[in-house]
Amino acid sequence: MNLEIFASRPEAAVSRDAPAATKIAVRHLDFFYGKFQGLKDINLEIAERRVTAFIGPSGCGKSTLLRTLNRMYSLYPGQRAVGEIMFNGRNVLDPGIDLNMLRAKIGMVFQKPTPFPMSIHDNIAFGVRLYERLGPRAMDERVEWALTKAAMWDEAKDKLKQSGMALSGGQQQRLCIARAVAVKPEVLLLDEPTSALDPISTAKIEELISELKSDYTIAIVTHNMQQAARVSDYTAYMYLGELIEFGATDELFLKPRRKETEDYITGRFG
Amino acid sequence: MMQTAAGALPSIIDALPHTVQASVAKMPDPKQKSVQLQDFIFRAVTRFFAFLVLAILLGIIVSLVHGSLPAIQKFGFGFLIDSEWNPVTERFGALVPIVGTLVTSFIALLIGVPVSFGIALFLTELSPPWLKRPLGTAIELLAAIPSIIYGMWGLFVLAPLFADHVQPWLINSLGAAPVIGALFKGPPQGIGVFTAGFVLAIMVIPFIASVMRDVFDIVPPVLKESAYGIGCTTWEVVRNVVLPYTKVGVIGGVMLGLGRALGETMAVTFLIGNAHQLNASILAPGNSIASALANEFTEAVGDVYSSALIELGLILFVITFIVLALAKLLLLQLAKGEGRRT
Amino acid sequence: MRALYSRRLFVNRFNLVMSLLTMAFGLAFLFWILFTLFAAGLHAFSIDLFTQMTPPPGSKGGLLNAIVGSLLMAVMGTAIGTPIGILAGIYLAEFGSRGWLAPCTRFINDILLSAPSIVIGLFIYEIYVSRVNHFSAWAGSLALALIVIPVVVRTTENMLRLVPDSLREAAIALGTPQWKVIVMVTLRSVRAGVITGVLLAVARISGETAPLLFTSLNNQFWTTDLNAPMANLPVVIFQFAMSPYNDWQELAWAGSLLITLAVLALNIMARVLFRQSAPK
Repeated sequence: MNLEIFASRPEAAVSRDAPAATKIAVRHLDFFYGKFQGLKDINLEIAERRVTAFIGPSGCGKSTLLRTLNRMYSLYPGQRAVGEIMFNGRNVLDPGIDLNMLRAKIGMVFQKPTPFPMSIHDNIAFGVRLYERLGPRAMDERVEWALTKAAMWDEAKDKLKQSGMALSGGQQQRLCIARAVAVKPEVLLLDEPTSALDPISTAKIEELISELKSDYTIAIVTHNMQQAARVSDYTAYMYLGELIEFGATDELFLKPRRKETEDYITGRFG
Repeated sequence: MMQTAAGALPSIIDALPHTVQASVAKMPDPKQKSVQLQDFIFRAVTRFFAFLVLAILLGIIVSLVHGSLPAIQKFGFGFLIDSEWNPVTERFGALVPIVGTLVTSFIALLIGVPVSFGIALFLTELSPPWLKRPLGTAIELLAAIPSIIYGMWGLFVLAPLFADHVQPWLINSLGAAPVIGALFKGPPQGIGVFTAGFVLAIMVIPFIASVMRDVFDIVPPVLKESAYGIGCTTWEVVRNVVLPYTKVGVIGGVMLGLGRALGETMAVTFLIGNAHQLNASILAPGNSIASALANEFTEAVGDVYSSALIELGLILFVITFIVLALAKLLLLQLAKGEGRRT
Repeated sequence: MRALYSRRLFVNRFNLVMSLLTMAFGLAFLFWILFTLFAAGLHAFSIDLFTQMTPPPGSKGGLLNAIVGSLLMAVMGTAIGTPIGILAGIYLAEFGSRGWLAPCTRFINDILLSAPSIVIGLFIYEIYVSRVNHFSAWAGSLALALIVIPVVVRTTENMLRLVPDSLREAAIALGTPQWKVIVMVTLRSVRAGVITGVLLAVARISGETAPLLFTSLNNQFWTTDLNAPMANLPVVIFQFAMSPYNDWQELAWAGSLLITLAVLALNIMARVLFRQSAPK
């Protein structure tokens, strides 16, 4: 496999003007599905306003890790997390945390596009209404803003009253991104956002991610290594619940420090 | 910092500097308490209504027992085996209605189960694909027709037909046979236990057939294919693979049909003849619990009479409950087995 | 060997032919019943049905009070039973994974679904009619509501279970309170299926006679007093059909046709609605 292609990205330089601050710090995180341990002693830092990608073979725990960050696993009894996830000065795993407010600050987009059974306008307004009281005109403006951020405004502006479910797959996914962005979170978690989409929609969304990172911290799980290489600033390689290697994307792909990482990247397994 | 669209009211949190936003996240949020309260109330309300369903069942049992007390006190267990039913002397016995209920249901199953099986077999193995949906719908329509319509049709169309053609034939042929001949004696009146049972059969066929068909559909194709692969005929596949595999579900379906037949009121009331007498012949009129209730309850005078009727209702409910509970347990067991197998 | 083989073939063919015959048997009766119903019912059909009240024996009349009574009680029964059914169904689907209440309720609900409806009538009689000492439309509606509830509980639960977790999670990920997720997203996404369940429940109560026998009874005259006995189609049919009067019997057929048309229409509506909203 020709690794050089990873070097020829437009904004190859990861280093921006200043080293990025840490937005989320994960320390000694363990995760259990009942008796089975899905995550083992994970330590990493997710940088503010950068894209951090999680790669690894199926079952390595990357989605599990993502879902601890916004406490999504709390919906299901029998799943629990132990350790520290520091966000805005608080440990997310603390039982006293207000989950609704947490999820207002850390948004999530899922693998399968999930438009709500309402009009496009209401899909976006739904989340906003949970936290803010906006008059109809202000709400319309917010909807437009969110759809523009998701590069959907031109396609959607004449269809605002139509059902969200009438859009194509790629459009639905961008609607979900708009919906997540509309409540103005600080962090966006993307769980394999393009794996259910065609290549053209995938490309559009990857472009979107590059634009969004100027405003949001992004963590993306992907099983597509090339996507991780194209889109992210930092990459974490996971295997069987452990964090094998974490570093700047260029370095990880061109000069992996661990043999396991190299084996995975070069396709020797997985 | 993110730009809010011009004119939009920024939420207070947005306007604060980033460090202060962080400490705001730390402050106890009155909104959090209210949301928890809303969720709690919603959950409590839905739980209440789930309880209500249980309460309905309990209420039925309690009220029926309460209403039967005078009769229970007066007649005790003898009520179940006494065949006398005399409103004048206030002497009541449940034997005739119970026997009528059981016999009509038995006739219904005797005729209905083989026919349902045949229909389920047709729908799953024989029918061309384009015919499956319309036929399935037709069978479901049979289930949707209200009981009183069956009663009307049975009384005005089927009963005279039976009286003129079918029953005389039965009396002359089977009635002359030893032993079972006693079942087919008496004048061909048209209405009676047999006619009621026959119409009941038609009514339960759609229920039993649907359950059987659903259960047959679940058989993994590989199992059937391996039987076909060694040269089995369709019938042999059904008999040796499908039926054993779905045994539990089939029995569950049959019991479901039985539960329906036991409680069926209007069709039976129209056709059974409403006679409080025991007769060996199924061509004679008789009574079922439901038809006795339907005919006599509003006219019943006196506590004992009403209470005896309510006790009949209690008996019917208990029998039906047991049958339906067993059916449900069987079907649940089948569902669990499904989970294991797949 | 040859003999065995031809015997097997014979048995196979025989059973398959029997299967075909049973199918024909079922269809034959369906068509026979419907044909009789339409022939006799249409024969008795006239505009009088909708303009006249039920007549005394031996004279002509209509079914207006019965039709209106049935409609009223069906609407009330559905109005009472549907919210209860939907809320209980929500509990079973959304909150029912832990504890004993959900499996228990589900079990009991399925039994109530097939329980004899005459017992339901008896129950309402015992707890309500005998206490207030008169029959009434309220009692009839209550009895019908008790029949609606298990149907709606079953369909609501089944529909909600079909909603993929990813939709719920998407709403939760926005920080939506759980009750809003259920009401505004999950339930809403299966709205059509739930309505279908309600339509089927209405179809079922349209033809029910037994529960009304001891609750709303019957009324020869026009009334809109909900606290008094109210005329209704099934009980009128029962009374008229079992009588020896020709005029009454004709009206019984006409009423039967009306009920069957209503039931068929509701069933078709339910099917069409459900198919239109089928998952893409």
